[in-house]
Amino acid sequence: MMLGRAIARNVTAYLFMLPWLLGLLVFTLGPMLSSLYLSFTRFELLQPSEWIGLENFREIFFEDDRFRQSLKVTFFFVVVSVPLKLAFALLVAVILNRSLKGIGLYRSVFYLPSLIGGSVAVSVMWRQIFGEAGVVNSFLKWFGIEGPIWISHPDYAIYTLIALATWQFGSSMVIFLAGLKQIPEHLYEASAIDGAGKFQQFFRITLPMLSPVMFFNLVMQMIGGFMVFTQGYIVTRGGPLDSTLFYSIYLYEKGFTYFQMGYASALAWVLLVIIGFFTALLFLSSKFWVYYEAGSEKT
Amino acid sequence: MNVTKSAPVRRAVLHAALVAGSLFMIYPILWMLFSSFKPTEQIFSSGALLPKTWFFGNYAKGWKGVPGISFGTFFANSFIIAALVVVGNVFSAALTAFAFARLRFVLQSFWFSVMLATMMLPGQVTLIPQYVLFHKLGWVNTYLPLTVPHYLGVSAFFIFLMVQFIRGVPRELDEAAIVDGCNTFQIFWRIVMPLCGPALVTTSIFSFIWTWDDFFSQLIYINDVKKYTVPLGLRLFLDGSGKSEWGPMLAMSVVSLVPSFLVFLTCQKYLVQGIATTGLKG
Repeated sequence: MMLGRAIARNVTAYLFMLPWLLGLLVFTLGPMLSSLYLSFTRFELLQPSEWIGLENFREIFFEDDRFRQSLKVTFFFVVVSVPLKLAFALLVAVILNRSLKGIGLYRSVFYLPSLIGGSVAVSVMWRQIFGEAGVVNSFLKWFGIEGPIWISHPDYAIYTLIALATWQFGSSMVIFLAGLKQIPEHLYEASAIDGAGKFQQFFRITLPMLSPVMFFNLVMQMIGGFMVFTQGYIVTRGGPLDSTLFYSIYLYEKGFTYFQMGYASALAWVLLVIIGFFTALLFLSSKFWVYYEAGSEKT
Repeated sequence: MNVTKSAPVRRAVLHAALVAGSLFMIYPILWMLFSSFKPTEQIFSSGALLPKTWFFGNYAKGWKGVPGISFGTFFANSFIIAALVVVGNVFSAALTAFAFARLRFVLQSFWFSVMLATMMLPGQVTLIPQYVLFHKLGWVNTYLPLTVPHYLGVSAFFIFLMVQFIRGVPRELDEAAIVDGCNTFQIFWRIVMPLCGPALVTTSIFSFIWTWDDFFSQLIYINDVKKYTVPLGLRLFLDGSGKSEWGPMLAMSVVSLVPSFLVFLTCQKYLVQGIATTGLKG
């Protein structure tokens, strides 16, 4: 009787889970294993795959200059754009975290770019803004500066994409704002009585209390940064001279322009390991700088 | 005394700074909007934000699209895909989240961790085999690869969002329903789902906007220009055109942002709540 009920309960639950489990198997776990296998093969879609052992990885690590370039570009992009984005997000969130007329409107305006920022339309716009006669250069002209064609200069193109990423700090800002609202008012009151100034309060209360949110934002933005595609593909096409060749653009080219799908699978697994490594590093480091209040749930 | 005197001044300074910051943030969008009403040569020559005379030719020309296919077709295609994805995500997220949040079953916490892990999994790792699979099924150059996976819960974000929400729905309601003789499905359909309105709306609008803006998978799976979506249509402009096409291209970029703007204006509350509760990327 008891056992029968337990079985019935499980059957019902697994019926609810069925679509997701099926999707997990067919679209996630299966493909993951399959791409691991393909990474050890030469595979060009129309011919059957041919086992070549570690050959793809040997080529990636020892011969492929464009792999190295794409890794360098992507690292640079992540290392610069993620902290910038989070710094702006935090700054604006702290400023907006008060009762002020029109605060909702300001929040919307700052949030908007991150909502539409992934679209092709915005990338097209960015291309124009940093183009030859774009907004940036007409602005510089007022000061008598003749700006370069930002998007087609190998030294500057990557910065236009970093600017585009930073411009989209809005969603992190909203998460920070939600975190700021959770900080109990009495902490600030108590510290004010003890004579703490605004800066001390920020560093001693706000930042530690916000560290779980900061951690979450950092992990998600880092992963997102490693995977960025559309902006690089539309604004600069990975160029000039591969100066904005994001990892995902390179992988796309290998897989879908040259149809070297075994090689692209190997690239994908290298990316997974890299992202996994840095995520693990962040998790390990979190012991030292992320404070979870006793009894509080993490995000 | 000092405080009462300086508070309005400080507030004014704060407002000034925020207005300046806001203008800086939306300037690119305003620039694109106003440029789309300038004849193409003016876009490049004039530094002024506002057009000297309002010119609607870019919209007329852009909407014509490419020979034989108007931009309206791209719009219709994008809408079809987005609508199908919205339904799929709502369907799969609701079922899965209900099981995670309300039912007890073997391996529950294991599957939950797996679900969270898939949220962080870079899509590139499954990209190639998925393509091979869809290629074998003959689904390439159809909308099936873009829509079917969502009916099977590949967007774990939405499952997570719904789980968080359902956990907030009082369990006493379920218990009362059980006493009244409801079975599990009835609890799901009659009790929990009607109370999940906000989460369902959030799921729908994010599904819509992300699908609307999605470029990568559409780029990979759609080859036939007749089946192109709005992002692919824009890229077509970008590829096929010299400087002369900038006007129409900006005009169509503006048009392509309209649905997202409308959603933003009408559903802001849900967007903000959605991000705040799950930390969704926006």
